[in-house]
Amino acid sequence: MATSQNLLQPKQTTGGIVTKIFSKQIVIPLIALMALVLFNLIADPSFFHITLKETNDGYNVLAGNIISVIDYGSELAILAIGMTLVTSSSGGQDISVGATIAIAGSVVMRVLCGENSAPTELQSSIIVAFIVAVIVSMLFGAFNGVLVAYFKIQPMVATLIMFTAGRSIAGWINENKIMNISPECSREFAYFGNNIPGIPVPTPVFIAAACMIIIALVLKFTNLRLYSQSVGINPNSSKLNGINPQTVKLITYVILGVCVAVAGFIKVSRLSTINYSTIGKDIEMDVILAVALGGNPLGGGKFNITASIIGAYVIQMLTTTLTKYDVKSTEIPAYKAIVVIILVVVSAPVVRQKMTQLKKKLTASKVGKEVS
Amino acid sequence: MLFTMNTNAPQVPKLKKRAGLTDTNLLLIITIAVFVVMYTCAVAFLGEGFAKPQQFFNILNENAYMIILSCGMTLVMITGGIDISVGQVTSLVAMCCAVYLDRNVLYPDKFSEPGAPFVAMLIALGIGLGFGLVQGFLVAYLEIQPFIVTLAGLFFAKGMTTIVYAKQFNVANEAFKNVKETRIEVPGLGSTNRLGNYVPAYVEIGVIVAILIVVLLFALLRWTKTGRSFYAVGGNNQSANMLGINVKRTKFIAHVMCGLLAGIGGYVFFMHVGSGSPSHASGAEMNAIASSIVGGTMLTGGVGNIAGTFFGVLSMSTIKIIVASLGLDEAWWTNITVAAMLCIFLLVQSIILSRKNKAKK
Repeated sequence: MATSQNLLQPKQTTGGIVTKIFSKQIVIPLIALMALVLFNLIADPSFFHITLKETNDGYNVLAGNIISVIDYGSELAILAIGMTLVTSSSGGQDISVGATIAIAGSVVMRVLCGENSAPTELQSSIIVAFIVAVIVSMLFGAFNGVLVAYFKIQPMVATLIMFTAGRSIAGWINENKIMNISPECSREFAYFGNNIPGIPVPTPVFIAAACMIIIALVLKFTNLRLYSQSVGINPNSSKLNGINPQTVKLITYVILGVCVAVAGFIKVSRLSTINYSTIGKDIEMDVILAVALGGNPLGGGKFNITASIIGAYVIQMLTTTLTKYDVKSTEIPAYKAIVVIILVVVSAPVVRQKMTQLKKKLTASKVGKEVS
Repeated sequence: MLFTMNTNAPQVPKLKKRAGLTDTNLLLIITIAVFVVMYTCAVAFLGEGFAKPQQFFNILNENAYMIILSCGMTLVMITGGIDISVGQVTSLVAMCCAVYLDRNVLYPDKFSEPGAPFVAMLIALGIGLGFGLVQGFLVAYLEIQPFIVTLAGLFFAKGMTTIVYAKQFNVANEAFKNVKETRIEVPGLGSTNRLGNYVPAYVEIGVIVAILIVVLLFALLRWTKTGRSFYAVGGNNQSANMLGINVKRTKFIAHVMCGLLAGIGGYVFFMHVGSGSPSHASGAEMNAIASSIVGGTMLTGGVGNIAGTFFGVLSMSTIKIIVASLGLDEAWWTNITVAAMLCIFLLVQSIILSRKNKAKK
């Protein structure tokens, strides 16, 4: 095969390999990651220093910018998994994840604390609280899913409902009390968002890894990938092939609900308290950016979850890098926007097409000169 | 989806007639009806406050900027796009104007003269136009998803607002205060207060601007070639292209107009509040989208009406006032009611759309 191709197109073998590599989806976030790593290496290599720090309890934990990227990128990565599936099947994005995180966190606190805003002991086990939060988030995910799948409302608009109401519902669940779980009440609760004693790596990293393994297994052993891609590309033809587009869309929204519950659980565990108006604020934007950075078509269809996850860590790394250079947290969005625009413009199909055309013209003129 | 071919066959000849009640009109009528019913209920149950014309004008005064933003949003949504940067652009415009007008207070060593309101207005228009041009170019000519482009625009405007100035402050510029305090009295609609004095009803300048924009855009969308091509592009890209409409240019124009309107809306907002703050108008883009949807615009493109958007804004703000004055003043009720209303409207739209699809078959 290779030889015959070479015979047919002798001039383009090297260009062919390069374009082949560059046409892979995963290249876009990887290049972005490399660019950030390079920038940090050149500007200040201390970015990559990892130290062992002793906590108040006398345990050693890893600390450093890279660790904080992996640690705080966990929620983004978990959400990116669900968002990629939703994007693929329904051709739209769920903008209510931040608000649903508030709900999930609120449910966790409600189950653990009961009516008391600063309990002396937990009202139920942490597992029960987590499961209840998962079920509630799945219900909200199903609500969005039903609106999108059965009523055929555009995803962004359908989730606008929960976006508007979510934080209010979260406040209503706990009657707007600020719940607080002190270390005296439960030491274990904080483990999920920080470190388990004796293990230097932050727990969210393990939770994120577990989520990635689970989704990898699901995609390997079920037809979820095929189904959601075919529904995203053409719902009518997949219907003719015996796939029910509505069910597939609903399932992806429910999966996103589970992801949201896990992320919300980590978020409340990090601080052991909840603030309804700020928890997970603007996280939906970051997640959608992660999916877009991963090169997934936002109009639905083919997807690559690995690329989205890398995209999530790129975004987190960008945030951490900016914070390191003393950029105020309120000013970060401006720089983020510039980076995003550059990335999106570079990876836009139209621009790429123009570039390849330009390249072809250049090579053609070269060849023409050689001939003449 | 139901396949009921047989029952729908006789409906085909009906469609050939130019029906008086098209779907767009139906959505518009529903919106207006909801607003009227809601307002009457408010007058009936909440009593005097709502019966005064000034209450209505207050809604207008407070939401003049929202009307302008929603009009821009409607334009973009008709072409099948979306612009979620308008809220933060409003905030950025207000902050820039505030800093410019008070430059002698904030930077006394550099400037001795306060800024002029007219120049501030030009700044506002410039910022809006700039956002519109860049976003329009990226969306229309580079074919990047409008959501991502305007999301970046939102982030950029949000960051720039705090870079320009990080704190909230009230503008002390005298010339601007005169403009801000200008009230246009509406003859014959005043009321007498408790002391028996006649208080004339008034609107602010922003309301006049908003109403002018609504009228202009209504005319543009209904009677001009550009306006009609908006609908054609939103309805079906390819067939619009075959009709000889320049799809890219139409999308570009829609985004530029939306950006410009965001600039105007930002200045109107600034004239109403008279201060600059990074937290101003946060979430206004979602409010604008919700108002457009309640007003009968569909995000799928091709369907929408400026008059509907106008009433959509009024309905959204009326329901907020009703909820607040019902005594349900816990913060969550407003948002939950607005979301419920949005949900109902979306379901109605969805049912209408599926009925239309069935009729086509």
